[in-house]
Formats: sequence, C-alpha cells, structure tokens
Amino acid sequence: MASGTAGAERMRHPGRTGRAAAVAHGLRAYGLIVRMWIRSTLAYRTSFVMMAVGDLAATGLDFVAILLMFSQIDALGGFSLPEVAFLYGTSSLSLGLADLLLGSIERIGRRVRDGTLDTLLLRPVPVFAQVAADRFALRRLGRVSQAVLVLGWSLTELEVDWTAGRVLLVPLMALCGTAIFGAVFTAGAAFQFWAQDAAEVQNSFTYGGNALLQYPPTVFAKDLVRGVTFVIPLAFVNWLPALRLLGHPDPLGLPGWVDFLGPAVAALMCAGAGLAWRYGLRAYRSTGS
Amino acid sequence: MWYRAVAAGSFRRYATYRTATVAGVFTNTVFGFIVAYTYIALWTERPHLGGYGRPEALTFVWTAQALLAASALLYGGGIDELQERIRSGDIAVDLCRPADLQLWWLAADLGRAAFQLIGRGVVPLAVGALCFPLALPGDALTWLTFLFSVALGVVVGFALRYLVALASFWLLDGSGLALISGLACMFFSGMVLPLRAFPGALAEVAQLLPWAAILQVPVDVLIGTRTGGSLLRGLAFQAAWGVALLALGRLVQAAATRKVVVQGG
Amino acid sequence: MTAERLIDVDGVEKVFTVRRKAGRLRRVRHEVRAVDGITFQVPRGEMVAYIGPNGAGKSTTVKMLTGILVPSGGRLRIAGIDPARERTRLARRIGVVFGQRTTLWWDLPLKDSYELVRRMYRVPDAVYRAHFARCAELLDLGPLLDVPVRQLSLGQRMRGDIAAALLHDPEILYLDEPTIGLDVISKAKVREFLREVNAERGTTVLLTTHDLTDIEQLCRRVMVIDHGRLVYDGGLDGLRAAGDGERTLVVDLERELPPIEGVPGARTVKVEGPRQWLAFPAGRSAAPLVAAIAERYPLVDLSVREPDIEEVIAKLYAGDGGRPDRTATAADTP
Repeated sequence: MASGTAGAERMRHPGRTGRAAAVAHGLRAYGLIVRMWIRSTLAYRTSFVMMAVGDLAATGLDFVAILLMFSQIDALGGFSLPEVAFLYGTSSLSLGLADLLLGSIERIGRRVRDGTLDTLLLRPVPVFAQVAADRFALRRLGRVSQAVLVLGWSLTELEVDWTAGRVLLVPLMALCGTAIFGAVFTAGAAFQFWAQDAAEVQNSFTYGGNALLQYPPTVFAKDLVRGVTFVIPLAFVNWLPALRLLGHPDPLGLPGWVDFLGPAVAALMCAGAGLAWRYGLRAYRSTGS
Repeated sequence: MWYRAVAAGSFRRYATYRTATVAGVFTNTVFGFIVAYTYIALWTERPHLGGYGRPEALTFVWTAQALLAASALLYGGGIDELQERIRSGDIAVDLCRPADLQLWWLAADLGRAAFQLIGRGVVPLAVGALCFPLALPGDALTWLTFLFSVALGVVVGFALRYLVALASFWLLDGSGLALISGLACMFFSGMVLPLRAFPGALAEVAQLLPWAAILQVPVDVLIGTRTGGSLLRGLAFQAAWGVALLALGRLVQAAATRKVVVQGG
Repeated sequence: MTAERLIDVDGVEKVFTVRRKAGRLRRVRHEVRAVDGITFQVPRGEMVAYIGPNGAGKSTTVKMLTGILVPSGGRLRIAGIDPARERTRLARRIGVVFGQRTTLWWDLPLKDSYELVRRMYRVPDAVYRAHFARCAELLDLGPLLDVPVRQLSLGQRMRGDIAAALLHDPEILYLDEPTIGLDVISKAKVREFLREVNAERGTTVLLTTHDLTDIEQLCRRVMVIDHGRLVYDGGLDGLRAAGDGERTLVVDLERELPPIEGVPGARTVKVEGPRQWLAFPAGRSAAPLVAAIAERYPLVDLSVREPDIEEVIAKLYAGDGGRPDRTATAADTP
C-alpha cells in the first residue's frame, strides 16, 4: 500500500503519467531509500543484531504471557494453545510486516513540528514514499521472525485438514492483514497533520489492535467485537478467516461469506487511508503547520 | 530546597505536552479494555489464580494501565536525556554543579511521575472502575498508603534506570543494556501477568526481585491483599530495594566522576 | 526586463488563519496576511537578494516558490510551472538550501545522501560525475564524504547541503540564509562558490539573508519585503537612495579650521583637527560640493563614504513599509 497512497498523492499532476507509472515511481523511490538505510544499518552489524534480537524478545513477551496463562489452564475462551498461537502468529506477522514496511510514518508529527517535512516536499518524489522509507528499521524483522516462529509452531500443532485452499488462506491472511494494518498506520499518520503530538493514538489501533487479535474473539465483549468488525475492521486481519479455518463458530453469527471479504476490506481501507493522507498533506500545504 | 524547584519544573514541563497526554490516556484505556477481557477469560477458567478473585485481577489490569506512564513500566522515565548527556560529554558540566547529580535527576523524575500519575493515571482507572467491578478500597488511609507505595516504586524504578544510564560512561552503545533492563522491568514488574499468577517457583522468585517493588506491591496494597504485617513487610521491601539501589548508584556515580576527572570524559 | 521571466510572481498572497487563546478555553480565529500581494519577476541568470526583518514573509514566499505552500491568491509561475500543482515536476528544476535545517539525510554519510539525490533526481551519470567533481573540489568536500551528516560542523554541513542542491544542475537555486552561523572562511568559500556557479552555469539565484556582506558581494538586485509587502525592488545603489541615506564627504584641510560653511546642500557634521565630515543627500553628486569647498578652503585630500547599507535597511524597515506607495523601484534596475 506504500505505492497506492504514494501514487494517490502524485495523481494531482494532471495528465502526465498514468496511475501505474505514478505507483512505480513512488515504489522506486521507496526502494532507493530503503536500500540506503539497510546498507547503513548493516555497517554496524553487531548493533543491528542486538537490536533485532531485542525487538524479538520485547515482542515475544506477549507470547510469554500467553504461555504463562496456558501453564495454568488448558483452553482460553474455548481455544487451545495452538489455536491461540495461530491467532497470535497471523496478527503479529501482519503487524510486523506493516510496521517494517511503513512504520516510520508515525514520525510525521515530529517532522511537521520541527519543519523537516518541508525538505521532503522539495524532492521530486512522493512524500509518502519518503516518510515511509525514512529510517527504515531492519531490526523490526525481530517481530516478524518471532511471529513466523510462533505461527510455524502452531501450524504443526493444529488439527486442521490442510486442503490446498486452506494452505493458501494463510499467506493471503498475512497479506490482507499487512495491508489493513498498513492502512491504519497511514490513517494515524494523516491524523497527525492536525494533531502533531498524537502519535500515540494510532498505537491504540495498531499495537492495541494486535494485542486484541492475539486472543480469541470469544474472550471479548460482543460490542468490542462488533466495533473491530464494522467500525475499524481489524477482525478481517485474522479473526474471521481463522474462525473458519479452525472450525469455530463466529460469535457475531455473521453469514459465512463475510469471512472471505478480507481482500476487499483491505483494499477499501487502503483507499480510505490514501485519501486521508492526501487530504492531510494538502491541509499542511495550505496552512504550513 | 533546589530539588523542589527541579521537581516542580519537571512537573510543569510534562504538563505542557497536552495532546500527548490525552493520546496516552486514550491508549492506556484501550489497552485496559483488551487486557481486562483476557483476564476475565483467564480467571473464569481459574477463579482463584494467584489468590485473586476476578475483581482483584481486573483492578490489577487497570491500576497497571494507570501507573504505566508514572512508573515508566514500558518505556520513558526521562532518563534517555541523561544517557544522551553522558554520550555527548555535556555531563562534565553537570558534575561541576554544586547540586548532586543523582538527587537532581531523582527530583526531576519524581516531578515527572507526579504529573503522569495525575495526567495519565486518573482517567484510565476511573474508566476501568465505571466499566468493570473493581476491588477498590473505600477508606482514605488505604489510598494514601497506596500512593506512598507508588512513590517508593517510582524511586526503585528510577534507581534502576539511573544505573543503566550511568553504564553509558563505560559502554560505547548503552542501548543494549537499556533494552534488557526494559524487558526485565516489563516482565518482572507484573505488567505481563501479575507475579502472583506466575507458575510455581517463578512466582516466588519474581516477588523478591526489585521490579516487584514497582507495580506488584503497590497494586497489592490497593487491592487489600497486603494488610497489617504483610503491608509493612511490603513497604519495607520497597524501601530496602530503593535504598540499596540508590546507594549502588552513588558508588557508580563516584567511579564515573573519577573517570571524567581523570580522563576528561 | 526583456529576458525570459524565469520566476514570475504576480500579486501572490498567503493568508494564515491563526487561533489565539482568549481566556482559558476560548480561542479566537484571526487572519494573518504573511504575504500580502507581492509582484516581481526574475530573469534567467540573475542573482537576487530577498531580504526583510524576521517574520516579514521571506520564508513564506520561498515556500510558495518551491511548492511547499499553496498560495491563497495571485499567480505564480516558475519556469512556466505552477509550483502548487506540479511540485514534483518543479523539484527537478530547482535546488533549495535552508541554512537552518539540512536537506541531507541526518544519519547517513554524506556520500550516501548524494547517491540518493543522484538516483531520486535521475541525474545522468556523466552530468553527475562532472558536477560532483566540481562541487567536491570547490567546496572541499573530499574529506567529509564518509562522515554521517549529524557529525558535520555547521560550515561543513552547509557546504554539503549546497552541493546536494546543485547535483541535478537546477536552473534556479533558492538559498535561505546560506551563511547563517558560519565562520568567516566558510562564508567566503560559500560566496565564492555561488559566484562561480552563477557565472559558469548561468544558474538563477534567489538568496534570503541577514548578512549584508552576502548581498554586497553577490547580488546587484535587492528586493526588500516587510509586513508581507515588497517595499523595495532595485539595485543596491538605489536602495541607498530609497532609504533616505546620506553620503558623507570627508575632507582633509591644510590646517585646523572652523567648520566649513556656505556649501549648498551639505552640512558639516563632525570636525576633528584638520579633518571634517560633511553630509549630503545620497541622490546627489559630490562634484559640485568638492568644487565649492576647493574654491574657498585649502583642500589637501578627500574621500566619499557611501551610506551604510545596514543603516539604510534598518531605516527602510522602521519606516511605514506597509504602505504600498512606499514601494520604491529604482531607475537603475540592472
């Protein structure tokens, strides 16, 4: 979705390039900056390894909490440990990837405050691509690899009849989940054009959303589940497809086809976030603050 | 009484970050809801886990969210600044001041904690109390004891972070140590799960470590798990760790000062 | 000005809505006209100083010229491009240096920043190599290339920034306080380099500065903005006249004498031994004065001092610069 919103911002230039070209342009710039950061990160290899392991350990504490709980119980909200681990793995992987790819945009508020956003506006490259790639933190692979470990373990432990469709569902979930979390990151960043100190609000929806999705929906109050299904549709990251895959009933009793709406929801959220970003940047360029 | 001025200045400084405070309160509240439901599920399966009933467990959740900023349970605490001053060498100036370095930063940290206790703590706890049945005390004395215990916990947390920051005098990159110390705090304070709910011997050991003084003991005071002799033992436990760690901090500080004087930073 | 209007600004305005506290909770909105209808053109190859007191609207103007800010009114074309609508297209044709903040990547070594600039702007290899070699040589960048930007001194960083702004061979270079905080040698180096670039590449330069030496050494044309309005646009000499400045004639007589009298249009302002100072309006020639004095006094030596430009500008700001009829356009525009 880096490209989608970056492209959107570029679309203001009338009749020069098609949307595809704009997207390619944004992606290319994103790649350029990311590569430069990776190179400079790897120049201090020990420090990088330490930070990545630290990230892995820090995010792993969430799973340690789950393990501690399951040292006292056999099932939580009707879900076994491998099932919870599956929820945990899919949600963490999605968040981890979104955070890795464009988590840096949460710094936009600071950039508005200290005026460095202006320097990004001077370059012939979409601002979105520049902000998303800036300070690209390879150490965030720590969360991703931790999620992959937990997810991998859960897949070996789950008692699921692995048909081709079900096997394909897992990477599709990760993809849609990444897009959904990416949209949330973007919308949160766009909000900072108006409230520059409010970086932490988006944490409620990204890290908070992740904390929520790591547990079975049966644990939470119905209204909360409704909220993350209809208002901020995080439930499509993993809950709805996972319920189907694991053969648990949907606590909201929604029709079965809803479980397959993930890609559509992801696309819709990305489009919405792209618009919000565009609108925010336009507001900045007319008020300068 | 310069340290009062330092603490008051720090309090006012944090009070100026209004949007950040509101955003933080929002996040704490959201997390409070999420964790509360998972604890309800856990205590439904194991009704008396760790000697807590459901209201006590829920009180733990919301108090932890309320103290998150004040007791710097996940991050923060304003010590990054000290680390930065050590790294840049500006610390040499601080060491020449007549005011004691450790007391200076302690005063600043207490000012910060006081603001964050009010600014970041009151609303989440109130929301929690409105939406869930909490085991909050009805008498003022317990609340006062709780606040005293929180203050002791803040001192212990500060003393630990101060040691970590001073390590920057010797370490080229202090971020690794800071990370480990942060993880230890998150895990052993009870932020991840109440220490009493840890399995077997881990629960016993965890409750002897300094991090237990930061969250577990204050919450137990509030819930009423600790009364009488147990209450006094809890406060003594906090005070002992506080004194020991501050004293250790002074030793390290003296060594660091010698290093700066001899080697010029 | 018959040459191509590379920068064409016509009645451009920028109005900000500011909310100010009024009482504990109430906030009052009110409008601030940061740029209040300015008009000017800059032909290709010119070096222009754009000066004014803090808060006069200099930075806001530069931000509109570069496409960062969208004007609230008026018409703006840079090389035929509307900056607000085609910001990224314009970006390839302009270079910008902010003295107060870097456009380089703070944590990356200088050479990585250049590499990024090269690829972002898609500078052809041959062009890049030639430019880079030239910049590195003139600005003495060689030893700095492997240093992360945050570790550079202010002067080094500024040199690095200027090079970065020029690597894609822009037609226009905007410099916002390029010599602020630099030491004397760095300042001289930067000025020398800008002169070279302007002469060799024909790069059009718009310079905002507080350092009047920058202007005197680099620009023949000066624009002065105050309270969002252009109060002067013309040559440096004209600026002296516009500011009601006075020139001073210093005469050395054979011996100590009472103050010189009876010279029309001049008055003696100071006497020190045989040396006397006479002030006269900046618009007038010194020749008739000299003749008048030489006729009646034993004249040994003389010199003419121009009004101090700093004083002139200070007077210009202090005067009611907000009134449009004060916009002085000197006849001797280059």
